[in-house]
Amino acid sequence: MSVDTLPKTAAPEAGNMSRLAFRMRDYGIVAALVIIVIALSVSTDTFLTSGNLVNLLDQTAVIGLLATGATICIISGVFDLTASATLALSAIIGVQVGRVTDVYVGMLAAVVAGALLGFVTGTVVVRSGVNSFVGTLATSMVYRGLAVMVTGGAIVYPLTASAETFGMLTWPSLFGLTSATIMFVVVVAILAVVVSRTTFGRRLYAVGGNAEAARLSGIRVGSIHVTAFMISGVCSALAGLILASRAGSAQSTMASGMELTAIAAAVVGGTSILGGEGAVWRALVGALLLTLIGNGFNLLGWDTIYQQVLQGLLILFAVTMDRWLRKRTR
Amino acid sequence: MSSQKAPSIAVRGVGKSYSGVSVLHDIDLDIAPGEVHGLVGENGAGKSTLLKILGGAIKADAGGLSFDGEQVTVGSPRDAIKHGISLISQEGALVPALSVLDNVFLARWSHRGGLVSARADRKRLAGLIETTGFTVDPDARVDGLPIGVQQQVEILRSLARGARVIAMDEPTAVLAEHEKENLLALIRTLAAGGTTIILVSHFLEEVLSVADRITVLRDGALIRTLTAGETSPRELVGHMVGREIDVLYPDPQPVPDGAPVVLAARGLRRGLVNGVDLEVRAGEILGIAGLVGSGRTETLRLLFGADRATDGVVEVDGVTLAQHSPRTAMAAGVALVPESRKEQGLVMQRSVAENVALSSLSGRRTGPFVKRPAEKTAVGEIAKSVDIRAADPEAPIETLSGGNQQKALFAKWLLRKPKVLLIDEPTRGVDVAAKTQIHHLITGLAADGMAVVCVSSEIEELLALSHRVLVLRHGEPVGEYPRGTSPEVVIAAAFGSHEGEPR
Ligand SMILES: Nc1ncnc2c1ncn2[C@@H]1O[C@H](COP(=O)(O)OP(=O)(O)OP(=O)(O)O)[C@@H](O)[C@H]1O
Ligand SMILES: [Mg+2]
Repeated sequence: MSVDTLPKTAAPEAGNMSRLAFRMRDYGIVAALVIIVIALSVSTDTFLTSGNLVNLLDQTAVIGLLATGATICIISGVFDLTASATLALSAIIGVQVGRVTDVYVGMLAAVVAGALLGFVTGTVVVRSGVNSFVGTLATSMVYRGLAVMVTGGAIVYPLTASAETFGMLTWPSLFGLTSATIMFVVVVAILAVVVSRTTFGRRLYAVGGNAEAARLSGIRVGSIHVTAFMISGVCSALAGLILASRAGSAQSTMASGMELTAIAAAVVGGTSILGGEGAVWRALVGALLLTLIGNGFNLLGWDTIYQQVLQGLLILFAVTMDRWLRKRTR
Repeated sequence: MSSQKAPSIAVRGVGKSYSGVSVLHDIDLDIAPGEVHGLVGENGAGKSTLLKILGGAIKADAGGLSFDGEQVTVGSPRDAIKHGISLISQEGALVPALSVLDNVFLARWSHRGGLVSARADRKRLAGLIETTGFTVDPDARVDGLPIGVQQQVEILRSLARGARVIAMDEPTAVLAEHEKENLLALIRTLAAGGTTIILVSHFLEEVLSVADRITVLRDGALIRTLTAGETSPRELVGHMVGREIDVLYPDPQPVPDGAPVVLAARGLRRGLVNGVDLEVRAGEILGIAGLVGSGRTETLRLLFGADRATDGVVEVDGVTLAQHSPRTAMAAGVALVPESRKEQGLVMQRSVAENVALSSLSGRRTGPFVKRPAEKTAVGEIAKSVDIRAADPEAPIETLSGGNQQKALFAKWLLRKPKVLLIDEPTRGVDVAAKTQIHHLITGLAADGMAVVCVSSEIEELLALSHRVLVLRHGEPVGEYPRGTSPEVVIAAAFGSHEGEPR
């Protein structure tokens, strides 16, 4: 690209300043995270213990996976409100299939169910042409209803003989982290690469930023959306397995309402709800921030009745800050 | 038109930087009441930035404004409207889902006791439409209107707000020839009535014909303010680019005998378009002329498969495009540079590089991964050949000036090396020098065997660029004219007057 025009009018430091400004805008939310981490490290002596950190990451895994799915959907310009219903339904399917085959097959079945449910959600939204917010809201009711039907409203358990294996996601693994954490980190890393490095990722952003321009560039807008919903479905299923593995059971009311927390985490991380912008690592940061607040409340011994209020304020703060930083560099 | 007299405007020491890069510095400018003041300069010179500062859309970092000698702060569009300044921006600022009526009186609806009175607004609008001579349907939704008409709606809105200073950013870029004439006539009328007009345009003749004085910007600095009667396009261009340059359009090379027909359409129909047949040979540039609403853009969209024809076929190299869609058209080697950068062309929040690479992603990948170095090289080269001036290819494309965005849009499709290039308004918003450059590029591509179909509201451009010009009226071809036909003849045909009837 010809770089000879603007710099003519700008001093060399100006270029650096501009790059710095870009960075501030991009990484403001990371700074917020670091500040909270430092504050907690200083004000408690329990925060920086390996036990607490392992615990913290384990707690982040579920919301982190959901936030990643939400982020990918939001980048492409759709919302997936089925996330928690998909989570419950695929976890139940996982447990039930596990009962008749074995635990591993059951887990695989859960993931496949998540992908299929995502495919259905996506197809419904794309084919009907309904706004994704409404379309997925309705679909999520159907999924929850199916979960109730499948379980008869009861809690489902794996067979007693395999109950221990079923709890494997809670087991300690590499570096003393739980298996759930490892799985979460691996999945997020893969998706981060998919979104930032592949042609699919490029198309995802284009579709979310300007669907018509994307279509006229030869992109199949519908299949990009369906794929985004499928990824979100798989993330939900994995999150469902973690929850079920922890509880040793699954039920139709699992994780109810968590799709909104996931969207909140995505947005706190700095992904624009307008679509076409955002990143997977932001989902991670957003999920960590929300989890940290809960953790901080525990460690500081604060009354948890204030937690929701503070969480709400934090979301407002993060989003305002993000807007402000972006505006300043425009 | 305006109840009060326009103020005299003094701009003093105004400057603006974006993330440390100065795009406008130390601008001193005086504009007299009732003056038509032209503002010209290359793409990215800072014209829009200056207008946006006047219109309160952005804030200057340095300097200030005074009206009639009094310091004023224009911190928001609201302030600007209060001072009687109205900005008609390059990108357009209408609410797509609202009617013409609601847009014209946006946030200033007549009301009685808190209830909007559509009756009163309707009457006011009818009055405005009469003074301007526009023909717009008050109840039409604006997103369904052609760009030229949307523009008129914006002008009506400025007038409805009682603006005494109207700043127009490239208003004629989207207009057809006779609409331009109408607009220029309107500008003269408004100015005679005491309204100040600030006019940004890349059409120097037009600026010279209507403006009292003209200011030239270059690289964010004010180079000179000249009296329109005492200067020439040549002098203006000289000041704009800082040296003498030739701005002659190149002639296309003759189409070789026996060059095969690459693109053919038969009996295309859909909506407005009512039976278009055409053939374009390799190396040939076909121009399509017509009034706004004649179905030019729609025809291009049908050729590309952006809309699917209800009737008729499109053939590339003699093969009918079945399942016609942008994808199949692209696979057959067809590319479309669409009419509107913002709506159909670019993903504004993504980077310049991403936008340019978007239509040819699958050409540069290893498995699912984008080959980034290859992409960087390819984008860099094409950006150079169309002269995109961007400080940083990774910056969002919305931070580029309008003309540079247009060049990026063009580059995006050239990168595919298409066999058939469909271009809707190739040089919309592009500066004089860059325009010549784009013409060279198009004629060069045709010389290398590309088939080109080009729509332009600028008849001169169309006649200079094309081997043949097809004229559409009400969605039907009404004649075909060879190179060298006079613009008047083509315009007459577009209007349907008889003197222009073809051979
Ligand atoms: N929001 C922004 N962020 C960063 N740079 C910007 C922004 N807006 C404009 N610029 C830069 O400011 C410079 C001047 O832009 P401006 O839009 O005023 O040009 P212009 O003279 O109107 O050009 P054109 O004829 O192409 O419309 C350009 O280099 C552009 O890239
Ligand atoms: Mg401009």
